[in-house]
Amino acid sequence: MKPADITALLDEPACEHNSQASGEEKVGCARLKPGATAGGCSFDGAMITLFPIGDVAHVVHGSIACTGSSWDGRGSFSSGPSLYRIGMTTDLTEQDIIMGRGGKRLLYGIKQIVNRYSPKAVFVYQTCIPALIGDDVEAICQAAEDHLKLPVIPVDSAGFYGTKNLGNRIAGDTMIRRVIGGLEPDPPPRFSNSLTEKVHDVNLIGEFNIAGEFWQVLPLFDELGIRVLCTLAGDARFHEVQTMHRAKVSMLVCSKALINVARLLEEQYKIPWFEGSFYGIRATSQALRDFARLIGEPALIDRTEALIDREEAAIRKKIAPYKARLMGCKAVLYTGGVKSWSVVSALQDLGMEVVATGTRKSTKQDKARIQELMGTEAIMIEEGRPDLLLDLAEEHGADLLIAGGRNMFTALKGRLPFLDINQEREHAYAGYSGIETLAQQLINTIFSPIWPLIHTASPWNSNGQRST
Amino acid sequence: MAKLIKRNKAMSVRPIKSGQPNGVVLAFAGIEKSIPMLHGSQGCSAFSKVFFVRHFREPIPLQTTAMDQISTVMGGDENIIKGLKTLCEAKKAQVIGLVTTGLTEVQGADIHRVVEQFKAQYPELNEEVKVVPVNAADFTGSLESGYSNAVQALIHHLLQQNKTKLVEWENSPFLNILPGSHLTPGDLDQLKRYVEAFGLEPLVLPDLSRSLDGHLPEGRGSSVSVGGTTLGEILSMPLARATISIGNAMIEPAKSLEQSTGVINHHRCGVMGLSATDWLINQLSQISGQEVPAWIERDRSRLQDAMMDTHFTLTNSRVALAGDPDWLLQWHTLLADMGIDTPVVVTSTGSQSLADSSFDTVKIGDLEDFEEWINRLHQDEKPNLLIGNSHVAEVGDRLGLPVVRSGYPLYDWVGGHARTWIGYEGARQILFELCNAIAHSGTHRLAPYRSRYAAA
Repeated sequence: MKPADITALLDEPACEHNSQASGEEKVGCARLKPGATAGGCSFDGAMITLFPIGDVAHVVHGSIACTGSSWDGRGSFSSGPSLYRIGMTTDLTEQDIIMGRGGKRLLYGIKQIVNRYSPKAVFVYQTCIPALIGDDVEAICQAAEDHLKLPVIPVDSAGFYGTKNLGNRIAGDTMIRRVIGGLEPDPPPRFSNSLTEKVHDVNLIGEFNIAGEFWQVLPLFDELGIRVLCTLAGDARFHEVQTMHRAKVSMLVCSKALINVARLLEEQYKIPWFEGSFYGIRATSQALRDFARLIGEPALIDRTEALIDREEAAIRKKIAPYKARLMGCKAVLYTGGVKSWSVVSALQDLGMEVVATGTRKSTKQDKARIQELMGTEAIMIEEGRPDLLLDLAEEHGADLLIAGGRNMFTALKGRLPFLDINQEREHAYAGYSGIETLAQQLINTIFSPIWPLIHTASPWNSNGQRST
Repeated sequence: MAKLIKRNKAMSVRPIKSGQPNGVVLAFAGIEKSIPMLHGSQGCSAFSKVFFVRHFREPIPLQTTAMDQISTVMGGDENIIKGLKTLCEAKKAQVIGLVTTGLTEVQGADIHRVVEQFKAQYPELNEEVKVVPVNAADFTGSLESGYSNAVQALIHHLLQQNKTKLVEWENSPFLNILPGSHLTPGDLDQLKRYVEAFGLEPLVLPDLSRSLDGHLPEGRGSSVSVGGTTLGEILSMPLARATISIGNAMIEPAKSLEQSTGVINHHRCGVMGLSATDWLINQLSQISGQEVPAWIERDRSRLQDAMMDTHFTLTNSRVALAGDPDWLLQWHTLLADMGIDTPVVVTSTGSQSLADSSFDTVKIGDLEDFEEWINRLHQDEKPNLLIGNSHVAEVGDRLGLPVVRSGYPLYDWVGGHARTWIGYEGARQILFELCNAIAHSGTHRLAPYRSRYAAA
C-alpha cells in the first residue's frame, strides 16, 4: 500500500478526529511511541473486522507470528459455517523469503484450500514480511481467481502500515471496493402472516456478534419487518456482504472503525446512516426508533413504538430486583469509542453510577454524549494505564472496573471486581435481554463473597484487614 | 530412529506452531523486574501478549518499537533508541530484552550494534538497566527455540559481561537449573523441592514459578515482571556446583554456561515418568553427596504402585500428540515407560533429537495433518486419547476422543499452567488421569450380544 493511500484512509472525512470545524487544529490519528504503545497492528484490525464472515477462507500470507498466536481466538459466533475459525497461513520459511518463493506458496496454498474446503471466497491478508520484500499479492490473487473461478480478494494490511484502527478501515475499504455491489439480494421470502407488510432492508456495520449477542436483537428486526441484509461482519456470509449496497439504511454499531463503509455507502448508493448501540435499554430503543425514522414508513414507526413499549415494560420488570441491588454502585469504565458512552447509558439503566469513562478512541461527539449522560463534570480517561485506572477507582470509591480482557488480570491484582466488556468476553450484553445478563454478571463480581476474604490478612498476621 | 516427514503442502491449516518471539517473551517473564520489547510492528507484541495473558490469566509485561512504514523502509534504529530510552526512564525495569521479529530480521536490523550505540549515547540510563538483545525471527524455529535463544542471550550478556573471578568452591550450595519452555511453573516448583531436599540451593534460569505462578502480590501489579530469577542469582551461577539442563533446546545455552563458567552440565530432554525422574534424583544425590530422602523414596514407590494399577488400561493403549519437539520428547519418556503407543505424532518444527528418538514416525505439520492422519487410520489403530493444547482439544471434540490438555496455549482450561507433570508425583497423577480418561471414554467396550434362543 502506498503512503498516500494510508494517508487517505487516515484522513477519513466522516471521522471527527479529522474535522477542522470551528478553526481547531486537526487531531488526526495519534502517532505511535516506541516503548509506550499498546494495541494491535493493521493486520490485526483488518482480520478481526472481516474474519467473522463465516463461509470465507481467511488466508494469512506471512510468517507464523501473525496467525500462530491468534487464530480462532475471538468470540464472534456463527449460526452456520465454521470455516472462519480455521487458521490458514503460508507460514513462510527462511528459504521462502530468501529465494522469493512466498508468492508461489501462496498461489498453490489458495488452490489447496479451495479444493479442500470449498469456500465461497478467499480473503488473502498481506502481512509485514511479504509487503517488505514485495510479493505481488494483488497479481497472485487475480491469477488464483481466474484459475479457480471464485473471488480471491487481497486485503493489503501489513502490520507496519499502522494501528488496528487503520486495519479496520483497510478492511472496510476493501469490502467497498471489491465486494459490496457484487450481487443483488433476493426478494425477501413472504410469510403467510405478514403478506401486507413491506419488508425493509438494512445494514449493520461494526456488529460482531460477540458471544452471539446479536441473536438477542435480530428477532426484534424480524418482528418489525426489517430484513438485515448484512452485519459487517458478525455471523455474515460472503453473499450478504455483496448485497449491502441495496439497504435502505445503515447503522454504524458501536464503532468508529468502519465509519468509512457507512460514509461510502451513503456517497455511492445514497444509503443514509446513523450511529447507535444495542447496549442498554435506552440505546436499544433509540436504535430501533432511528431505523424506523430513517426508513420513514408510518406503519413501521407505529409498530416500532408498540414493540419498544412492550419490550421496555417487560425488561424493566425483569431487572427491577437486580437494579435494587446495583443501585448506587460505582463503576470506572475504560473502553473505546462509542462504547465509552453507550455502556455508560446501559449501566445507568441499571441504577449504577459511572464515575469515570475512557475516551482514548472517542471523538468530540462521543465526548459530548458522555457529558450529556454523566454531566459536565464527567471524568474522561485518556490513557488506560492499569495503575491509573486503579488509582481512579480507589479515589472515587468505585465498586468495580469495567474494561477489556487484557486489563482484567491487572485489575484483579489490585483486588478490584472486574467486568470484561471487549471482544474476548464470554457473555452477550446486547439488546433488551442482554441488559439482564449484564446485571447478573455485575452482581456476580461485585457481590461475590470472595472479596472480604481476599482483603483479609492471615490470622497469624493478625492486624486483620490488609492495608491497601 | 524416527521417520521424520517434512512439510509437504503449501498452506498451514490450523497451525500448532507459535513463533520464536513468543518464546523470548516467556523466558523474560521469568526474570525479575524485566520487560521484553519486540522490535517490529505493534501487532507482534499485541498478539504475543494476548497469547500469554489468556494462557496464564496473568498480566504479561511486553512492549514494542512500533515500526511504521517509514522506519520499515528507512531503518528502525531510531525506534529502538527511543523505545529503550522510554523504558529506561520509566525506572521500573532492571533487565530489558530487545527482541527482533520476522519483519526486522528480514529488514536486517542490527540490534547488537544499536544497543551499543544506545549505551554510548545514554550512559546515565544504562547504569541501572541491563539491555539484552535477542534474535528471534519467526520464520524459523518455534516458541521453544525462541525461548532457548533468550536464555542463551541472558547468559551471554549478563554473565560474560560481568565476568567475576571464578572461585573454586568445593562445597557450593548452588545448583544451576536451565529448564526448557515445556516445564510449567508447577513443574519448576517440584524441581526446586527436589533440589532443596538434597541440601542444595537452586538457581533457576528463567524461573517462571516465582512470576507466572498466579500469586497475588502485596500491592498492585506492575508493568515489569513481578518475581523470577534475580540478577544476583544469575551472577552467582558461576559459583554453582553443577548445572542441570532440561530439554534439548537448552543444550546450546547450557554449553555457553559451561564454557564461560566451567560448571559441569548434566543434560536430559525431560523429567517426566519413572525412568527420567530416577535419572534426576540420582544426579542430585551424586552432585550433593547426600542420601535420597525418605519422602522421595516414598513418592517413587507410590508411582510404581500407580504404574501397576494403571497398566491394565494403559499398556498398548494409543495416544496421539501434537506440539513442540521437547514437549513431545518429554511426554515420550513417560509414555514409553508405560508401553503406550504413539501412532500419531505431529511436531511444529523438525529437530535432530526427534529424528534420533524412538518415535516411529513424526510429521512436521499442523492440526489438519494431525486430524487427517487420525482419520486415515484403521479403527483398531486409532488413538484412544489426544494430548495437546486447546486447539488439539477441539480436534478431540470433533473426533469424539478424550483429551489431556498440555502445552501452549491453554485457553479453555483454568489452571493448566499451574499443573505439575514432572517428578514421581506428577507422573502418578498423569497416569491416573490418562487411565480414567481412556476407561471412561468406553472405546474399548464390546457391543452387547444376546442369543436368539434366550427367552424374551
